[in-house]
Amino acid sequence: MVATAIAIVKMKDLFAIIMLLGIYSLLSACFFVAMDAVDVAFTEAAVGAGISTLLMLVAITMTGRVENPSRHKPALALFVVVVTGSLLIYGTLDMPYFGLAQDPVHLHVAPRYINDSMQEIGVPNIVTSVLASYRAFDTFGEVVVIFTAGMGVLALLSVVRHPKDVAIDNSKIDAFNKCMHEEHLILRIVAKVLIPFILLFALYVQFHGDYGPGGGFQAGVIFAAAIILYTMLFGMNTARRVINQSATQLFAAVGVLLYGSVGVISLLEGKNFLDYSALSADPIAGQHLGILLIELGVGITVTAVMVIIFFNFAGRRNDQQNKENNDL
Amino acid sequence: MIMGLYNYWVVVVLMMIGFYIVIAHGNLIKKIVGLSIFQTSVFIFYISMAKVDGGTAPILAEGITQYSNPLPHVLILTAIVVGIATTALGLALAVRIKEAYGTIEEDEIQEKDNLDC
Repeated sequence: MVATAIAIVKMKDLFAIIMLLGIYSLLSACFFVAMDAVDVAFTEAAVGAGISTLLMLVAITMTGRVENPSRHKPALALFVVVVTGSLLIYGTLDMPYFGLAQDPVHLHVAPRYINDSMQEIGVPNIVTSVLASYRAFDTFGEVVVIFTAGMGVLALLSVVRHPKDVAIDNSKIDAFNKCMHEEHLILRIVAKVLIPFILLFALYVQFHGDYGPGGGFQAGVIFAAAIILYTMLFGMNTARRVINQSATQLFAAVGVLLYGSVGVISLLEGKNFLDYSALSADPIAGQHLGILLIELGVGITVTAVMVIIFFNFAGRRNDQQNKENNDL
Repeated sequence: MIMGLYNYWVVVVLMMIGFYIVIAHGNLIKKIVGLSIFQTSVFIFYISMAKVDGGTAPILAEGITQYSNPLPHVLILTAIVVGIATTALGLALAVRIKEAYGTIEEDEIQEKDNLDC
């Protein structure tokens, strides 16, 4: 991993750098598996190696792929880095040793989660029960952050499309579909076979999150990856016809609302915000229902935001190309 | 002694590589790459803290007594997804800067700004 990171510093070609970053993410996902963090590894593999590599590639098609070789005072920067690094390493000398069960980090709240979560929540995957129940308020904040980032990208990159363009696009799609049988035929057929299974797997990850690694965040990313795969192979315009833009934006908001309203319902029932035992007479059943609902909310928001981000990046690129063609 | 602290040193090295990219390189995309290396080093820091020797993944099952700490896993899981969302926002800004200035090299942007004043 360190070797990959150093190679990233040396390289000038941004395309190669982004590929290396993907490898780096995959390596860190493997490391997370070795460290028993299966949920985290799952997320990192889907997000770091998949979606972020894609987004960066789309971004460099618009910004150019060669980096200017000049540096800002490299000697000074290296000096600052070395000093900070050695201070940090000096700081680690007092840190508790790796892997000991009596490290301070394992003594405070973790024993309660490990010992009592089965009685209190009834979900075998402790990561899910902490994420969706004990720390649900925190997770709510994170979903809102993702939603806000999606809206930010929308505000920065969204393109207004005229009805005239849409009509032209539709005629283009028909022509495109005719010639599609000649171009990338194998890729398209394989993708057509694969996409339903990817979607099914995403749903499995979504609803099996209580018992194994998985949950709304991972499922959302996998679901979005399937849609992005479709967009890449069949073209932006076809995908726009299949997936309605404003519906996607609506879904992003619906996910957050679903999460928030679960909290409000438990408030109205006279319990604390996001206290799921209010949802049902039996507290454990209430917890199950609550976790299911908010994971669904998280999944919907994450999918919608990822799709919004990708569509806006790719759509902007298409428009740039069209403009260039018109200028010529 | 050396093996006990080895994980922290890897984290520090990765973090400093990311930091160096952020301060020494002028290209905005490369800066974002540097930031994500920095970010991943923090993830590794948390996850390596959560590891307990002889522990297993924190999914309750019969006959297992020692689990790794689930709390850092939860924090990092959400941090990864939030991280990609913020990275996307950064890339969107870089694209807009490219459209406005025609470049994403920091010094060239600075020159153009100086000319305008």
